[in-house]
Amino acid sequence: MNIAVLVKMVPDTAATIRLNADKSWIETRDLNWVLSPYDEYAMEEALKLTEAEGGEVTAITYGGDQSKEALRKALAMGAHKAVHAKKEGFTDLLGTANALAKAIQAGSYDMVFAGFKATDDDCAAIGPMVATLLDWPCVTEVHKLEVGGGKLTAEREIEGGHEVFEASLPAVVTAQKGLNEPRYPSLKGIMMAKKKPIEETEVEDVEPRTETVGFEYPPERPEGRIVGEGAEAVPELVRLLREEARVIE
Amino acid sequence: MAYAGIDYYKIDDLLTDEERLVRDSVREWVNDRVIPGIEGWYRDAVFPMDRVPEMAELGLFGPTFPEEYGGAGIGDVAYGLAMQELERGDSGFRSFCSVQSALVMYPIFTWGTDEQKRNLLPKLATGELLGAFGLTEPDYGSDPGSMITTAKKVDGGYLLNGAKMWITNSTIADILVVWAKLDGVVNGFLVEKGAKGLDCPETSGKWSLRASVTGEIILQDVFVPEEMRMPDAVGLKCPLMCLNQARYGIVWGVLGAAQHCYESTLRYTTEREQWGGPINRHQMVQERLVIMLSEITKGQLMAYRLGRMKEQGKASFRHVSLAKRNNCEQALNIARTARDLHGANGIADEYPIMRHMMNLESVYTYEGTHNMHTLIVGADITGIEAYK
Repeated sequence: MNIAVLVKMVPDTAATIRLNADKSWIETRDLNWVLSPYDEYAMEEALKLTEAEGGEVTAITYGGDQSKEALRKALAMGAHKAVHAKKEGFTDLLGTANALAKAIQAGSYDMVFAGFKATDDDCAAIGPMVATLLDWPCVTEVHKLEVGGGKLTAEREIEGGHEVFEASLPAVVTAQKGLNEPRYPSLKGIMMAKKKPIEETEVEDVEPRTETVGFEYPPERPEGRIVGEGAEAVPELVRLLREEARVIE
Repeated sequence: MAYAGIDYYKIDDLLTDEERLVRDSVREWVNDRVIPGIEGWYRDAVFPMDRVPEMAELGLFGPTFPEEYGGAGIGDVAYGLAMQELERGDSGFRSFCSVQSALVMYPIFTWGTDEQKRNLLPKLATGELLGAFGLTEPDYGSDPGSMITTAKKVDGGYLLNGAKMWITNSTIADILVVWAKLDGVVNGFLVEKGAKGLDCPETSGKWSLRASVTGEIILQDVFVPEEMRMPDAVGLKCPLMCLNQARYGIVWGVLGAAQHCYESTLRYTTEREQWGGPINRHQMVQERLVIMLSEITKGQLMAYRLGRMKEQGKASFRHVSLAKRNNCEQALNIARTARDLHGANGIADEYPIMRHMMNLESVYTYEGTHNMHTLIVGADITGIEAYK
């Protein structure tokens, strides 16, 4: 079974994000970049499947030079090879999905894994978009997966329960927390990764259909309010939680 | 990954991709698997043995050795970075890996027979076998050449007699590298757990390295077969070369402990308010934070340069002594300053400070005391061996 895993670098999830001077982008200086945490679940699942059934894992990323770090981390975790769809500068989601779908079509894969979202823009769109472009079935936010006999059974969480899907292969699966425990790249794996190939592919220009106009900070949180003291304050507090904050029904 | 490391002088830019990946992988493991449990293990004075297979899986035992012996073939700077991250967790974890890699696998790799290397190194790398290193004796620490442990040639092997003290992991080790005098010359022997006449009682009552096992090695007519002597491990220079490897790991390791103390202090003094504002607005606090950062940065540059020299075969034991001496002293100073700036909270195990401080008190004097390293460098620059 050959599997492609879509990976991406994101700012450290604990980093404080600031905007640049003209608020056109985030300030990237002094940011620490890490592999998007949900991509680690995607990588681990792909590695486990190929360890059990044979085949190869190919990590694929899209972007400029810096995005190559994601491939190095994926190769250190155990990916067999990597593809870098290389392009500097900004593209919208469709452009990204197009480039990744092209890179997938250039290979031969039975499955594609991705993190269900990248923790920077939180779009959760690339997996389903790539699946649509490939015309493959897609199950998102999967936290339990079984693969065998040319099909998969995937479980995802919904409000108050679970949803179980079956799909035939090839298919796209996006990984949610709980799917597995991602491994730490071993020192041996890191040294072996140095010898593994990273293939660079050309990316054709796709006219963006959306434009990023600018970024704004979220409004500052208003200061807390004390509605009263002791038991007599409870009804007012409950009323405010229900009517104003709308956190209870 | 919440912690990005202290890197005021962009030393990251001097590292290779592999070195950064090694550092980050060990850092992540320490964040997830050491830091959440360490205060409890320290309190209970136990080393969590279930972490041993995890460390082996990561490749922390003998990572600088070639792959055929279970290593990863990483360079000295990458190894140092791994030690730094481990000791940010706790000196006990770094000590565990130092002993296995630098004090047990290194002598077998350097002076062992092909058979000893083939049989033992891969198993030591996977943690299937654990090792310990017996040089120090109750009456001979800085002066190991005067040791009284002896080996006597007998039919088919040797009989060992004597006692070793302050031995990390002696009680849990499967293989003990024991140094003993054979006809007045120090020789290296591999003693197996369970040998008749061998006893390894645990040393209790430590106020330092509590999450690390320390014990003695008592040898009473312990028979070591001929094939378990390391034929080329002859002369006092051999155990000293082992210590030199371990000291190199300490040079980096203590920087990890120091960074953890600094990081905690910077946060604490920002959050702690007195007279209506954070205490880090006071000049006395700021100066001490800056001294901590300055010493960490100098120590990093020293460790980095020493590592590159070691990779090029240019680092002598004198260079290692200067860095071990400096970085241990500064790390201990940083821990003590951190203890002070945390006020009463500095003694509570809600913060890592007192634990690191007590650990560093050991690291300051083990693997060659601070004074000995001073005199080693002193002897080098003046030509006078003042310690004798």
